[in-house]
Amino acid sequence: MDLGALYQEIILEHNRSPRNHGELAHATGHAHGKNPLCGDEVSVWVHTTGDQVDRVTFTGQGCAISRASASMMTQALTGKSREEALALFRQFHDMVTGAAPVDEAALGKLKVFGGVARFPARVKCASLAWHAFKDALHEDATHRDPA
Amino acid sequence: MPPALAPSALLPATLREDFPILATMARGKPLVYLDNAATSQKPRQVIDALSRYYEAENANIHRGVHYLSERATLLYDETREAARRFINAASSREVIFTRGTTEAINLVAQGFGSAVLRPGDRILVSTLEHHSNIVPWQLACARSGAEMVEIPIHDDGSLDMEAFDRLLDARVKLVAVTWVSNALGTITPVAELVRRAHALQVPVLLDGAQAAPHIAVDVQAVGCDFFACSGHKMLGPTGVGLLYGTEQWLDRLPPYQGGGDMIETVTIAKSTWAPLPSKFEAGTPDIAAVVAFRAALDYLTRTGVAAIAAHEHELVALATERLAAIPGVRIIGTASPKAGVVSFTMDCAHPHDIGTILDSEGVAIRTGHHCAQPLMQRFAVPSTARASFYLYNTPDEVDALVRGVEKVRQLFA
Repeated sequence: MDLGALYQEIILEHNRSPRNHGELAHATGHAHGKNPLCGDEVSVWVHTTGDQVDRVTFTGQGCAISRASASMMTQALTGKSREEALALFRQFHDMVTGAAPVDEAALGKLKVFGGVARFPARVKCASLAWHAFKDALHEDATHRDPA
Repeated sequence: MPPALAPSALLPATLREDFPILATMARGKPLVYLDNAATSQKPRQVIDALSRYYEAENANIHRGVHYLSERATLLYDETREAARRFINAASSREVIFTRGTTEAINLVAQGFGSAVLRPGDRILVSTLEHHSNIVPWQLACARSGAEMVEIPIHDDGSLDMEAFDRLLDARVKLVAVTWVSNALGTITPVAELVRRAHALQVPVLLDGAQAAPHIAVDVQAVGCDFFACSGHKMLGPTGVGLLYGTEQWLDRLPPYQGGGDMIETVTIAKSTWAPLPSKFEAGTPDIAAVVAFRAALDYLTRTGVAAIAAHEHELVALATERLAAIPGVRIIGTASPKAGVVSFTMDCAHPHDIGTILDSEGVAIRTGHHCAQPLMQRFAVPSTARASFYLYNTPDEVDALVRGVEKVRQLFA
């Protein structure tokens, strides 16, 4: 089995030194994700201005895959519009679950998580932060637009 | 090829050949199965008994007058007698077949919730418990107004017996404690627990899921009021476990489920219950699993539970020593005695990653919270990596585990 497909150097590096790690003061949205199978947890904070995601941060405890995924997600989402962010969520989700062919160009660096699809037990690790981000963005929208 | 050698001088030379699955190649490597606390592998004798049942013995039990029904009933009842002997219960009326430990504990908890517990009553459980010895009591407490109180543990994973003494009082209506921690392997002082609880007329339930595979169980010597275990963790099939309860208690508790086989007479208005053990065995059970469980009990008895325990003790000691020597490895649960389990964390890698890397070497361990979240909270870890051993494991397999952990360190440190 090719472990290298899962633990690529960039993933190990983000695991060691995660970016945008910490709570976000003045966040406009926040959500918590939990993997009941392993007990891993992640919290994601977002700050949006109008339609734009300006900042995403995370905290939590988890494996290398979940930490690196959260870290690289925060970078990939910064500066995206809501619609672009949600489109990226779907692309990432399809890639790690192997559900549908993906647009590799749109995924950019996130392509390194493509190997996860071959490790069914690890798909949740890679997608945990993304689901929390989606919930945080939803909370943010609900908060702003109570209708 | 995996080693066909005897796991140790303590056990039969051809023992591994009895377990066909041990010849599996996993990820291109010989399978090293160290997830025995989750479920054990099955010897050919058990697999054959399952097939033979469906090929030659299958019928419903306690119902027909025909040949096959009588035969299946006999085999079913013989397993009950074999199980009685295995745990040394006084009577086979005190041995109830369930789906497993979880159902056995739920049976008692539901009965206590409706027939015993009152508002203000207390149930003591320990920090070591598996969720299946926590959640059923929470449900019983929610129905009855009783409350759960936790018996704490020391930093080495052993029960705090002084705290236990302080908690034992007239409010306590049951002590429900594990005999062997599934997450740490810690063996609790069950006879002493029972002695102290009984001094105040408090009954004791022992979760024996991890004890029965590894320790010679004598429920009368220990003196417990209830004992539960699962067939699949002790070489048997899934779908069968047992509840031991004293006749006094089983007579007092109401039926768990209603249905066929558990009644004496039924009218639309009212029913009366069958005597023990049928009162607690509604509906058609997993007859095949029960019949094949007999082969597992015979296998363990023939091999000798004491010899198995001695062999596992050697493996646990070897694995503990070698893992603890690796920089950054922390052994969780260091109290002795222990049975069958080494739980650990690494400072450079999360247990999930350890599990995946070991898996790539063909080594199967469990990673996660082991259905023991309060215990993980006690040690301030989200999860651990757990290697758990059984009679067929070998010192070579401990080597494979250690090599895998070294590989984790190379990748992550």
